[in-house]
Amino acid sequence: MTSLDVTMALVVGGLFAAGVHLLLQRSLMRIVLGIILLGHGANLLLLEAGGPLGEPPITGGGPEVDVEAYSDPLPQAMALTAIVITFGVTTFLLALSHRSWRLTGHDEVQNDPEDRRIGDVAERADDDPTPHLPSDDRGDAG
Amino acid sequence: MTLALVALPVLVPLFAAGLSLIVSASTDRQRTVTLTALALVLADAIALLVVVERDGTIVVRAGDWAPPIGIVLVADLLAAMLLALAVLVALAVLLFAVGQDNADRGPGITVPYHPSYLVLVAGITLAFLAGDLFNLFVAFEMLLSASYVLITLDAGPDRVRAGMTYVITSLTSSLLFLTALGLVYSAAGTVNLADLAVQAERLPPGLRTALSLMLLVVFGIKAAVVPLHFWLPDSYPTAPAPITAVFAALLTKVGVYAMVRTESLVFPRDGAWWVAAVLAVATMLVGILGAIAQDDINRLLSFTLVSHVGFMIFGLALSDIAGLTGTILYILHHITAQATLFLVAGLIVNAAGTAELSRMERGEGARRVHGVTGLLFLVGGLSMAGVPPFSGFIAKFALLRAAAAHGGVAAWLLAAAALVTSVLTLYAMVRVWRGAFSPGLGEPLPLRRRPGVLLTMSAAVAMTLTGLGLAAAAGPLASMGERAATELVRPGGYRDAVLVGEREGP
Repeated sequence: MTSLDVTMALVVGGLFAAGVHLLLQRSLMRIVLGIILLGHGANLLLLEAGGPLGEPPITGGGPEVDVEAYSDPLPQAMALTAIVITFGVTTFLLALSHRSWRLTGHDEVQNDPEDRRIGDVAERADDDPTPHLPSDDRGDAG
Repeated sequence: MTLALVALPVLVPLFAAGLSLIVSASTDRQRTVTLTALALVLADAIALLVVVERDGTIVVRAGDWAPPIGIVLVADLLAAMLLALAVLVALAVLLFAVGQDNADRGPGITVPYHPSYLVLVAGITLAFLAGDLFNLFVAFEMLLSASYVLITLDAGPDRVRAGMTYVITSLTSSLLFLTALGLVYSAAGTVNLADLAVQAERLPPGLRTALSLMLLVVFGIKAAVVPLHFWLPDSYPTAPAPITAVFAALLTKVGVYAMVRTESLVFPRDGAWWVAAVLAVATMLVGILGAIAQDDINRLLSFTLVSHVGFMIFGLALSDIAGLTGTILYILHHITAQATLFLVAGLIVNAAGTAELSRMERGEGARRVHGVTGLLFLVGGLSMAGVPPFSGFIAKFALLRAAAAHGGVAAWLLAAAALVTSVLTLYAMVRVWRGAFSPGLGEPLPLRRRPGVLLTMSAAVAMTLTGLGLAAAAGPLASMGERAATELVRPGGYRDAVLVGEREGP
């Protein structure tokens, strides 16, 4: 067990809270920002998992090295990998949001038309004893 | 030699993906590269299965770093079985995609298709072989990044909307995975699965449960376990048939595999696992009821997919050898059956010109599919519903027998839900049948007159034959599955192979 740095705990907690809040918004731009904040939070958490700060690992080691004084290099390597991955995927997400904005003209997350259609059928079936599926009020071909 | 067998399924597709980008000017060359790479990987995976079956688990240490610090690739019997079948399905679906592309240059098969598909396959093989949690995370990211590209390739507004749901949900689950990794590392000081299994025994029970549940949520999103399934029926059906087929067959199974691997190895349990039992019952019932409500054939199949993930959690919930044998058999059966059904659904939609069953029933579509395709659907559909003598029956029978042997409220509840789901699956399949072969639809085109039909049909036939082969080889397959399940439940072998194994990597 390692001791916990309160500042980092607050920062990571704050990033997660803000990230989740933004992720639950309707606007795509805010969702992208939420993902970015969550990614930062997760990466910092990964870094914190290595325990308290120490000497830079591997470099500068003479013949008599105190291994205990080193920072744990493994979480740093993992955080580095994770940063690259989140960076790449965020870029893709931005490109996708841009395409969605180009296609629809706004950056709101849209409802699934098929979901709504089936919901409408269920509602109509409650009023009408002989249910049937509507066919002409459908906007797309799936 | 055996070490190369383990590494090549990951390396060959990645190398081929790069090569595929270099030759992207020519579609034919791209196809040759992809087909050659996948054929090589398939040969390798089959050889690996034979070797692992004979000699036991093989461990490869990348860069000769000793575990638990270095990266290890572990091929045990379960990983080798799933790897071989997954690559076979990937190859068949690729043939289908090429055939469909020959038939009409529709959306979906453009220049980035081949490299993305290869990276997807590399991610899937790496996920099966990964020996540590972080490597598993990287494998997930590889296959997810490739799947983001595939699902939004050449997309219109519809598919961008659906792809957005998919990308954001998958990203959130990946970030949760990363968070879980950080917590696991700070609690246990390792991410190597074998070492983690040793360290986890020393953790306080509350912390163990928390970590186990966190990983359950992460893999539950990937595997589409109710209530984390909502993204799947919204996003999968919009993609072209070959892409949906490979996603449905393989991506959710990778999630289930990761769940089975971590929960049985790192957090072993005595007796039934109630959380998983409740999730399995909910997944089976909610999924199949959702399927019945659908009108779009692809959405119906997607909900069926969600429902049948419940069967795989069923075996995990029993957490004994018989239950896990059932899970393994079910994963094998479901990979083939679901891929077949999505491919055939692609043919049905192509022929009818609409995906809506109610319109097909009213005869508003263009034409019926050919009788041979109907036969393929019949085999796949009956197998899904668990009608003997198809592979679904064998897998379901193994699960039900495990539940009966296990006894207790949880097991009987699971068995009842499984039976209800099977009957309702049959009903869902009959609905598709009535739509696709409605007498109102026009006569099918003769097979010879359509371009690319040879490839699409042979891919679908190959998948069906694989399914029948699984049923025919039920005896040996079940004993092999039982051995793999025994390795899972008594993981001493896995730990020893990784931590004290004598085989040194290159």
